[in-house]
Amino acid sequence: MTDIDDEVLRAQHVLEFPYKRSLGPVIGAFSTGLRDGHLLGARTRAGRVVFPPTEYDPDTGEDTDGDLVEVGPSGVVRSWAWTDRPRPDQPLDRPFAWALVQPDGADTSMLHVLDAGSPDSCYSGMRVTARFRPFAERVGSVRDIEAFVPEDAT
Amino acid sequence: MTTDDEVIMLDTPIRLDYDFSAGEAQSRFLRGLTTGKFLGQRCPVCSKVYVPPRGSCPTDGVALAEDVELGNSGTVTTYCVVNVPFQGQSIEIPYICAQILLDGANLSFMGLIQEIPADQVRMGLRVEAVWKDPSEWGPTMASVKYFKPNGEPDADYDSYKEYL
Repeated sequence: MTDIDDEVLRAQHVLEFPYKRSLGPVIGAFSTGLRDGHLLGARTRAGRVVFPPTEYDPDTGEDTDGDLVEVGPSGVVRSWAWTDRPRPDQPLDRPFAWALVQPDGADTSMLHVLDAGSPDSCYSGMRVTARFRPFAERVGSVRDIEAFVPEDAT
Repeated sequence: MTTDDEVIMLDTPIRLDYDFSAGEAQSRFLRGLTTGKFLGQRCPVCSKVYVPPRGSCPTDGVALAEDVELGNSGTVTTYCVVNVPFQGQSIEIPYICAQILLDGANLSFMGLIQEIPADQVRMGLRVEAVWKDPSEWGPTMASVKYFKPNGEPDADYDSYKEYL
């Protein structure tokens, strides 16, 4: 077996979990909102709006208001990181930025995709708006938003 | 998935595609399997034999250079009976997944136990490896079909109690 003594031993290995996630009242309402083209956040007792919504206030642990509030669809980029060579499983097949986007009316940010064409077009503080997929393609996932795009481009 | 027009379930799959390369120590072990042998490595400081070998001793932090050929016999230190079917399984349930301490080794590894009813497997059971036909040996643990009882009296608890 000397022919394999010199080669590097390599193998493909796939680790896969086909999760199906059941949704509670808050994430379920959030997902339904996304399916219907809305961004929904949760209001804490102190009056802050957490987006994406949680069942509890992350600062105090108290329950948030069960009736979600609409935020966005536009907002502000808080920070961003350019991806020059997207991998096959990433959201876009062209260079894009990962960005923390804080929708108007929300006090927190969500990680999503910023499709601005070039890193020269990205800056913290820029205004963006959600570009939803066609209704027929939405399932209630954050991927129902294809990307955030510069607001002045729409 | 929706009910009364509400979204109540989401598919959230996770997939990691690895292109795995075996390092030097692991490659020696895998090449040993192509010749029907279990190879370990001995530490020059503590003299422990690790199989599969790691290239360095986890206790002393020194590189391991001495290959040790181990035999086919060993002891079941611990085991579990698997009753739950899972997607992609190829073995009939219930089956036994056991930690096997080969004679001369100071580290056990996981193996399948067959040729004994599941409820007769026990700690201290003496087993031996059943290899596939030599024409099917390759750089993979799949060269070993499973471990079966070898008929010897059960090992003394003292001989494997440090390996639990």
